[in-house]
Amino acid sequence: MAYTVEGKGPSHIGIRMSNDAPPSHKEEARAQAEEALFGFWVFLMSDLIIFSMLFATYATMTHALAGGPGPKQLFDIHSAALETIALLLSSFTCGLATLYMRYDGSVKKTLLWFVVTLLLGAVFLSLELHDFIAMAAKGGVPSRSGWLSASWALIGTHGLHVTTGCIWLLIMFAQVAKFGLDPLVQTRFMRLALFWHFLDVVWIGIFSIVYLLGVIS
Amino acid sequence: MSADPRRERRQELHGYIAGLCLALILSAIPFAAVMTGALPRAGIVWTIAIAALCQVMVHFRLFLHIDLSRSHRDDLQLILFSLLIVVLMVGGTLWVLGNQRAMMG
Amino acid sequence: MIHFLFGELGYNALPFYSAIATVAASVVVLGAVVVVGSITWLRGWRALWSEWLTSVDHKRIGIMYVVVSFVMLARAVIEACVMRSQQAVAYDSPGFIPPEHFAQLFTTHGTIMIFFMAMPFLIGIYNFAMPLQLGARDVSFPVMNSISLGLTSAGAVLMMISLCLGKFSTGGWTGYPPYTELSFSPGVGVDYWIWALTLSSLGNTMTGINFAVTIYKKRAPGMTLFRMPLFCWTALCISILMIFAMPPLTVATLMLAMDRYLDMHFFTNALGGNMMNYVNMFWLFGHPEVYILILPAFGVYSETIATFSNKRLYGYTSLVWATVSIAVLSFTVWLHHFFTMGQDGSVNAVFGIATMLIAIPTGVKVYDWLLTMFRGRIRLSVPMLYASAFMILFVVGGATGVMLANPGFDYQVHNTLFLVAHFHNMLIPGLLFGMLSAYHYWFPKAFGFRLNEVWGRIIFACWTGGFLLAFMPLYIVGALGMPRRSQEFFEAVYQPYMYVALAGAALVFCALASMAIQLWTSIRNRDSLRVFAGDPWNGRTLEWSIAAPPPEYNFARIPKVDSVDAFYQAKQQRTAWRAPDEYFDIPLPANSPVGFLCCVSGGAFGFALTWHIWWAVVVSALVFFGSIVLRSFNRDTMRIVPSGEVQETEENWLLALSETPPVANEAMFTTANRGLVREPV
Ligand code: HEM
Ligand SMILES: [Cu+2]
Repeated sequence: MAYTVEGKGPSHIGIRMSNDAPPSHKEEARAQAEEALFGFWVFLMSDLIIFSMLFATYATMTHALAGGPGPKQLFDIHSAALETIALLLSSFTCGLATLYMRYDGSVKKTLLWFVVTLLLGAVFLSLELHDFIAMAAKGGVPSRSGWLSASWALIGTHGLHVTTGCIWLLIMFAQVAKFGLDPLVQTRFMRLALFWHFLDVVWIGIFSIVYLLGVIS
Repeated sequence: MSADPRRERRQELHGYIAGLCLALILSAIPFAAVMTGALPRAGIVWTIAIAALCQVMVHFRLFLHIDLSRSHRDDLQLILFSLLIVVLMVGGTLWVLGNQRAMMG
Repeated sequence: MIHFLFGELGYNALPFYSAIATVAASVVVLGAVVVVGSITWLRGWRALWSEWLTSVDHKRIGIMYVVVSFVMLARAVIEACVMRSQQAVAYDSPGFIPPEHFAQLFTTHGTIMIFFMAMPFLIGIYNFAMPLQLGARDVSFPVMNSISLGLTSAGAVLMMISLCLGKFSTGGWTGYPPYTELSFSPGVGVDYWIWALTLSSLGNTMTGINFAVTIYKKRAPGMTLFRMPLFCWTALCISILMIFAMPPLTVATLMLAMDRYLDMHFFTNALGGNMMNYVNMFWLFGHPEVYILILPAFGVYSETIATFSNKRLYGYTSLVWATVSIAVLSFTVWLHHFFTMGQDGSVNAVFGIATMLIAIPTGVKVYDWLLTMFRGRIRLSVPMLYASAFMILFVVGGATGVMLANPGFDYQVHNTLFLVAHFHNMLIPGLLFGMLSAYHYWFPKAFGFRLNEVWGRIIFACWTGGFLLAFMPLYIVGALGMPRRSQEFFEAVYQPYMYVALAGAALVFCALASMAIQLWTSIRNRDSLRVFAGDPWNGRTLEWSIAAPPPEYNFARIPKVDSVDAFYQAKQQRTAWRAPDEYFDIPLPANSPVGFLCCVSGGAFGFALTWHIWWAVVVSALVFFGSIVLRSFNRDTMRIVPSGEVQETEENWLLALSETPPVANEAMFTTANRGLVREPV
């Protein structure tokens, strides 16, 4: 049986990384990055099913108000608009950060834009927290009705994901402090960026289906 | 993939900026439709749905960099398959539970 | 203060409410003490820690999965025997098990068999064999692999603890609300069930991701998807099923948890809850799950039938497409589990027809296997015996499945023992026989010696006979209307069948005991069963091209593949077992305690939630995520096996190989087999 030459696996394409490692290491790091990113995509798709089930449950429960307050009374559409803008901007700054990372290898600019991303994430979360408190104050607690359970669970799961993303960013800052922007840190940032963009996509569903369709129902 | 990283970088940067602008517009339209109430209800619903679908595509293309190039074939296949499953699961759920509601509601 | 420290946990949680519970709990505790004691006595802690618990080697992780599965199999079979004994004496009599306890028994039996016997068994087999068949050195994410094992084991441990502290759920393996809501099931039982399931399904999702990426990115050069062994195709399909079908279960159980812990109303009777949402989501998971259980068996049979018929797998391409279409179709039929829940007849018709469609690709497979055997040089090895029994019995089970796919018929036998007979008919000859043949087939590869053949045949006879006696009568009583899950019954006609079924269960118990004996005698006589040369069955795929047991790096040099059955072809062309011209350093993932830490903290997390010990919930969650985060700061994750060591290992083996006399095909099952078989002419 024939053998392959070590260190030269099948060629991988599509991932760019800036580092000064020798070419063979570069190749290997690239292959690993490719594997890690693909794996992360698969994870995201699994997560997408979680959100889909939450959306589906929500949709089947739009009538389950049980005499409690409904979307018209509870949702503040201006706040939802602000959250949308904050998350969208954060997605943009996150993209910029990876751009500076991948093409320029500039630690400063990369970190700067990731910090802005984190701040926008925090803005989003505090707006959301504010929404939740306002809802509860109007009697819209999750134990009030099936519909409220479903909305809290859906919006809350998304919020929990964003919180995770923020904590992950903080951990990544520590990694940069320790290792600089080495290839492994870079792939982790790329995965984080995928995660962040993905959450913004889920948010499109939430503001469209829960908030917008909710208030006109 | 083009070999020139500077050009690539510029293209990508423009992609992000375009993505941001498009996404902002596509969010603004449905919000405006709801806030002003300028359209009849069905019109608003359609506006929301179409704007959301377009925005999802914008995100996938310009932020998540999914395109038809060979290097993204695996990712694209994965996403399309996931989409199929989502349609089956969510569509099926709405159909089945909607039907039960109609039968027993 | 006490309440803060121990939550709901108190003296009354101890299992002294019934003699059977006390005995069962004592057995668990005693078993644990014996295990701990003997490890200490053998001074095995260090080796256990450094070679097993912290290992991220896919082969060892696979073996540990199978060990978990065997322990759980033993418990679930014993529970099955207890249930059969109860029903044998339950005609017009309360028997010896009270209803509540009987309900715990079928709940734990079902839950364990599916989540803690079947899933770990098949995941373990794939973990062991799939990377070897792909020509890879490990899975894509070895540490995540050990975390998956940790989570699944944590769930299993939680199941075992539930025997000793508190009572388990009585809601069946499906856990349907509203019965499992707080108002009807106020104890900790359902919480045990929720957290055991949640832990294991998270582990399984991660396994699915890991396997899928491994198959996509780690195949040996030249091994296109359509040159993969069929076993790997089934691995790909079940990974996809796990990735997409586990989340609905996680969502359903977590929503049930939110109802129970946070007073929400997803599935309650009051305030807008809808239990149908649960049922729908559960089976969105549940039907793909049954294909997660059966496809691995198809994969194993495809390997063993080809090997022991000494023929190339007939209709490889059609088998691949059949597997893929079964996987995709399995997402379209979930409603057949609740035909009777009140939707329109046309909805039922659509799902009934979709269900029947699955019979087509399945039929294709059976014909392909038969045609593989046709004119082959069949050797009736233990795996081959299982394969033949499977092909007959599975067709029976498939036929009753098509019957059940007809909603009209389903209405008649819904919730009767007919259904129980049907799914055991699929699960035992399908899944379990498949896994047992995998166990016999790959055991020599994993440990370097074969399992005892005579006992193998005895086990086979006991399982097959036991299955037939235990479940064929249930088709009849089911059709006669005997409900499932009944602790007592009042129709005299059922009684004789219950005796037969009891005899069957007894035979199954003998099978279990024989498995223990077989393992024991095989280990004792391991020297005469050694197959160091590594190819005791005249195998066709890459895993047989290396030593048995394989070196930790699997392949000294990654092989190049240019056809299906590449190794068999190499043997024919006399290019197999060539020493490579040069050896290199091999980087391998270093051991890591993260998986073990996740197991302990994950288990503690589930336990603390079950008993409402909130401080422990926080602490264990912090440990869980903390250990993963800390690990991400560790850059010393690889270990190099120096080329010199590789060379020595390989040359040792190649030397032994050249000195091994190939055994004639007919003598394959005798002690003359040292791991090399002469090709029959
Ligand atoms: C070893 C031989 C086995 C015997 C004698 C046996 C016996 C039983 C019995 C008596 C029941 C209760 C039936 C009833 O509802 O009245 C049961 C239920 C069940 N068994 Fe088995 N079983 C065996 C193997 C298996 C295997 C291998 C699996 C799966 C891999 C399995 C999965 C289940 C499930 C899912 C249930 C339904 C539990 C429920 O009602 O919630 N069993 N079995
Ligand atoms: Cu099914």
